[in-house]
Amino acid sequence: MKLEQPIVLPIKKIVNEVSKIKTFIFDHKLDSKPGQFINLWIPGFDEKPFSISYQDDKRFAVTVACIGPFTDKICGLKEGDLVGIRGPYGNPFNLKGKNIVLVGGGCGCGPLAFLADEALKNKINVNFVIGARTKDALLFLERMKKSNIKTFVTTDDGSFGVKGFATDLLKDFLEKNHIAAVYSCGPEKMMKKVAEMCKDKKIYCELSLERYMKCGFGICGQCCMDDSGFRVCTDGPIIKGEEALNMKEFGNYRRDASGKKVKL
Amino acid sequence: MLTTKLCGIRLENPAILASGILGVTASSLINAANNGAGAVTTKSISLEERKGHNNPVIVTFEAGMINAVGLSSPGIENGIEEVKEFKRRSKTPIIASIFASKTLDFGEAAKRISESKPDLIEVNISCPNVEAEFGKPFAADAKVAASVAEIVKNNTKTPVFVKLSPNVSNIKEIAKAVEEAGADGITAVNTAGPGMVIDIKAAKPILHNKMGGVSGNALRPIAVRCVYDIYETVKIPIIGTGGIMNGRDAIEMLMAGATAVGMGSAVYYRGIDVFKKVCSEIEEFMKENGYSNLKEITGRAHK
Repeated sequence: MKLEQPIVLPIKKIVNEVSKIKTFIFDHKLDSKPGQFINLWIPGFDEKPFSISYQDDKRFAVTVACIGPFTDKICGLKEGDLVGIRGPYGNPFNLKGKNIVLVGGGCGCGPLAFLADEALKNKINVNFVIGARTKDALLFLERMKKSNIKTFVTTDDGSFGVKGFATDLLKDFLEKNHIAAVYSCGPEKMMKKVAEMCKDKKIYCELSLERYMKCGFGICGQCCMDDSGFRVCTDGPIIKGEEALNMKEFGNYRRDASGKKVKL
Repeated sequence: MLTTKLCGIRLENPAILASGILGVTASSLINAANNGAGAVTTKSISLEERKGHNNPVIVTFEAGMINAVGLSSPGIENGIEEVKEFKRRSKTPIIASIFASKTLDFGEAAKRISESKPDLIEVNISCPNVEAEFGKPFAADAKVAASVAEIVKNNTKTPVFVKLSPNVSNIKEIAKAVEEAGADGITAVNTAGPGMVIDIKAAKPILHNKMGGVSGNALRPIAVRCVYDIYETVKIPIIGTGGIMNGRDAIEMLMAGATAVGMGSAVYYRGIDVFKKVCSEIEEFMKENGYSNLKEITGRAHK
């Protein structure tokens, strides 16, 4: 019988990716699919959802940007420290076609890197557009290079790759290269742009939503989207672009721990 | 066959979404209504905005769930907006659940939420998870429970249900007191306990609040007994809540004396369409056993 309780594991390895982003590796067979997430518990402190950024038969990893009280606490942990995991939760990405584009913004590259690994196993041609504010925040360049995945980089300030946004590069792909599907994870305003561009060109698109979650298994109601009541934890976090565009909440606001609306 | 009435409010069926489950937003409540709920209940709303406890706030164990969400609430203004939004988009009856930390504030919360015209108001005096802030729940003392019922009644024309706690030595006494204070109905019961689950590897309680209310299968026999006791004591209708998973459980609760049943944990075990499933199971039972309406079932176990 599956219980919605944390399994407590030691952190096997911590990798400093780039400034303020770390990957935490666990020796544990997770059996998740790209796009799914776990709830990571720091005993006695708090618990939050994180996408899975790597997985093989024996290990899995989550990649965390240290940007708030909870993630700062995680980033202060050491190899061997114990944390709890619940999950995997949520629905995964669905791979379609033989030529795809991944559009990742900042830490959103986590689940997409896992998806890129999976696509490669299925002999799908992957074009990975990685966007970041500056060179210091670019994630998984080396990892993708080692896997022979074609990466394309944009930075807001032009400190590396093409100056501009990931969506600028996506435009070229959608116009020139017979793309079967686009997958995106990152800031919601960016994903909204991605979804709109794909809708215009009639290209299949999936996004990974992020909302405040409590239970993670579909009953607390904290992560439900307007107007449909779509539960991001169990009906998502992966959603078709067109479906997301039909939600008045998407790209506009979210709800905080109290349930109050907060502008994006 | 499944229609029922609560204080003159017609429900298409007796399966109500209980408070605290999927009840944060109007859209989420509509999702439950579209999946067959005969009525829906909001998550409890307070005058002030509250964040609630840190996570984890809900986990399961072998015989149910344990939760300590800690009464998170978007505050009364946002609560009113969500109830209004629900009324604009759905015909299913909506029960607005309210709570407060002071007796006077219950009156103010009732007055304010009535602006949004809910079909019923449910007064949550029985949350077991915020003892540090709220002291002993209002539901533990008949006089205190009655004074809350009275002040709420004085501040609204909407029918008022008071939600009782199973964690009391004599629930009949509390039920009688709130009926005499003017309550139009009783919801029985809130979660039991509080209980605790400890992770033995981390050597720490899992819930951030350390302890939380027990619901699901473990609660059901206690809830059925409470409803049975209350039915013997009062004339006002009862919404029986606690561990109802299927049609059989719902019938059991009705036979104990409930007019309708609340469901919460069941959404996890059987999906959001659990309301439809339970209704068809109730109907099947009624057909097989020669019942033609729910009135024939309510309180049957007392005869």
